[in-house]
Amino acid sequence: MAQSASKHRNLARRRIVGWLGVSVALACAAIGAICLLIILGYVIVQGAGAVNRDFLTQLPHPVGVPGGGVGNGILGTFIILGIATAMAVPIGLLTAIYLSLFGRGPIPEGLRFLSDVLSGVPSIAIGLFAYAVLVAPLKHFSAFSASFAFMMLMLPLLVRTSEQAIRSVPQTVREGALALGMSNFRATVRIVLPTAMPAIITALLLAIARVIGETAPLLFTAFGSQFWEMNPNKPMAVLALQVFTYAITPYANWQQQAWGGALLLIGAVFVLSLGARLMLRRAMRGLEA
Amino acid sequence: MTTVAAGELLATRDLGAYYGNRQAVADVTIGFRRKAVTALIGPSGCGKTTLLRCLNRIHEINFDARVEGSVLLDGHDIYGGDVDPMAIRRRVGMVFQRPNPFPTLSILDNAIACAPKGLNRREKMEAAERALRSAALWDEVKEKLKTSPLRLSGGQQQRLCIARAVAAEPEVLLMDEPTASLDPIATAVIEELMASLCREFTIVAVTHNMQQAARVSSVTAFMLADETGIGRLIEADDTGKLFTKPTDRRTEDYISGRFG
Amino acid sequence: MQNAEPQFRRVARFVSPADRGFAAVVYAGSILFALLIVGLFVELVLGSWPSIVKFGPAFIFNSSWDPITSKFGALPMIFGTVMTSLIAIVLAAFIGIMAAVFLADFAPRWLGQPLSFLIELLAAVPSVVYGLWGLFVLAPFMRTTIGPALQHVLGWTPLFSGPIVGVGLLTAGIILALMIIPTVTAISRDVIAAIPRDLREASMALGSTKWETAIRVVLPAARVGIFGACVLALGRALGETIAVTMVIGNRPEISASLFAPSYTLASVIANEFTEATTSIYISALIELGLILFLVSIVVNALARLMIWSVRGSERV
Repeated sequence: MAQSASKHRNLARRRIVGWLGVSVALACAAIGAICLLIILGYVIVQGAGAVNRDFLTQLPHPVGVPGGGVGNGILGTFIILGIATAMAVPIGLLTAIYLSLFGRGPIPEGLRFLSDVLSGVPSIAIGLFAYAVLVAPLKHFSAFSASFAFMMLMLPLLVRTSEQAIRSVPQTVREGALALGMSNFRATVRIVLPTAMPAIITALLLAIARVIGETAPLLFTAFGSQFWEMNPNKPMAVLALQVFTYAITPYANWQQQAWGGALLLIGAVFVLSLGARLMLRRAMRGLEA
Repeated sequence: MTTVAAGELLATRDLGAYYGNRQAVADVTIGFRRKAVTALIGPSGCGKTTLLRCLNRIHEINFDARVEGSVLLDGHDIYGGDVDPMAIRRRVGMVFQRPNPFPTLSILDNAIACAPKGLNRREKMEAAERALRSAALWDEVKEKLKTSPLRLSGGQQQRLCIARAVAAEPEVLLMDEPTASLDPIATAVIEELMASLCREFTIVAVTHNMQQAARVSSVTAFMLADETGIGRLIEADDTGKLFTKPTDRRTEDYISGRFG
Repeated sequence: MQNAEPQFRRVARFVSPADRGFAAVVYAGSILFALLIVGLFVELVLGSWPSIVKFGPAFIFNSSWDPITSKFGALPMIFGTVMTSLIAIVLAAFIGIMAAVFLADFAPRWLGQPLSFLIELLAAVPSVVYGLWGLFVLAPFMRTTIGPALQHVLGWTPLFSGPIVGVGLLTAGIILALMIIPTVTAISRDVIAAIPRDLREASMALGSTKWETAIRVVLPAARVGIFGACVLALGRALGETIAVTMVIGNRPEISASLFAPSYTLASVIANEFTEATTSIYISALIELGLILFLVSIVVNALARLMIWSVRGSERV
């Protein structure tokens, strides 16, 4: 009698502990979600006040002079990302093609290992590399060196996801092409790659979304600028860098512009991720032959 | 037992095939009659598809695949030292078990994907029409040549694949269970096609359906895996003779349905 | 595997003459890829060489960072990096693993999916935005609210003593924790979900509650993968630069209080590289970058080994 009563109490206690545990776990999950919403909220509220046509199209004003914008930073971001993409895509795709054709073996595994290593390297170390290779020898900062750093940051993601995309093209499609006498070149370029293209573009959009907010390597590659600049061989303003520089100043005008820039960056990441998601859906549909 | 006559377009000599260390096929010596349909039959796992894939050097695109012996096309070993596999595959085309039209190309572009090079636009259209007609598909797709092949039915897609193979102007056409994924009506259409195509091409077709082999082929080859799992050629003869008076006991057992 | 005379090349992929050009281009691209990564390592070593030669292993243990007399020691920065990452991983591990348990085993779909989505979004926020928020929202909040509260309760320990400026180790640790929670949660959730149902059912059939099953049976079964997730997250925290730079106070000192400003390996590079005047100064900073690089390789390799060993065995 007494035994089953104490067992009963025991079970009740364990149930309560269980409920408490689940509540804690729920709270933890909620903390993450709530913090995200708080951060987004601040960025939207603080940033919205700063973003207007002038903000988007004008050059920064000198210290203390109200107004001005991040127009040159937006332009610089496009230029640097454009050059970085133009460099990363060929190298990444070719490496992915090699990996998909040669699969196992010491050399392909070695390449994948190197890719994994690169994906874990802090972006500031990659910035140092770009500095050592393209800034120090030439004795000046340049947008191109920043593109170089961004290219390094984008490559591991591009290589890994492109390889998966190429592999996910059904074997029968590739075999069908080869069995009819197509060379590997034609089979890959005309048949396999186009089929894998939506997935590859998804990977590219995600890679861009990842690097668009990277500031650390820009500090000593692009270096920033107060002027309009389109020459990649010169220092250039970049939005992420401007957000950083403005944020650590004591000037309220610039601090608010930092929030505005942050809002633009978050907006860009959002658009790119949305684009990637839509592309992914197209990729999935394409494979349902 | 096995027929190897001189003057055949395609023949094998002591052909063996491996996946890594595992041997799938051994000691196959067989000739394929010119401009006729040869059927390869046998239970699952007897190596008939592997054998087929050795005939146009597609077997080797797997990572660990190896081949021994020789395959003679017009008297020359296609596995010779300086032979270009691509050139072989242009002369020996292949149609697969599941239709595999190129998903990013239109029906028209699929048909001429492997047509001989150097044709101008008009010649390409004519080649496409010829190929689609010989696959009995022209009338059904002539209004929608620029659309995606994925909208066609399974049977139509398979005929498109046949048209695509035919457009490459091969000498031999290999077919790997071409009707396995199709319904009976589509199957009948393809079988009729095979009968008309073999007037122009030498056809080797793998089929798991004995009745189909009896219907479409003039020569039938029976394969069986031995105790160690290695596929061997048991018997090859005129179809009528193989099905009514097989020479080997195992052939008779398979045909009368005692196993497989 | 490749013994017994294969009659022709085992990988006969580029045999056709038409493929020669293609093969060359593909090989060239892959070689360039490999060279870039190897080059990264080589350049870091070359750049640090003067500093390595001058200071030797004492670099790591020296605690003075003085550009004026060209005396450089990495200890304060190592301390700052380790402390902030430690705070971050302790916070993120607890929150992340608990969240993963909830999402994997307890959350109904209507709740679990949005929560997972929001947590993953944390990973998409750019680093500089975290820094901005940390500097203007969290730091003041730390100074006015969290700091005093902690000091009130735990001020008797050296950890929570001292003046509360707002920026410092603790603030940086919290920001870092937010940045790495998604990594811990996402991977842990996958690992937990991959634990076979039979294990859970067996445990519950023996009378355990769902919570007890989750904590005493499932979590231990998943511990290798979860640990791997934490190590991977730690790797990210160690290399994070901008967000930390903005909230850590940038002072190369070692102190016991979590409220004190500090410096990390990445922040000192970020702050001082463009001002570095002498070549030994630059070289010392590059050597810090080299240390970061090597640490990140080791940590990431460890993490992947752990995660792969779990994911691999699940491929049954």
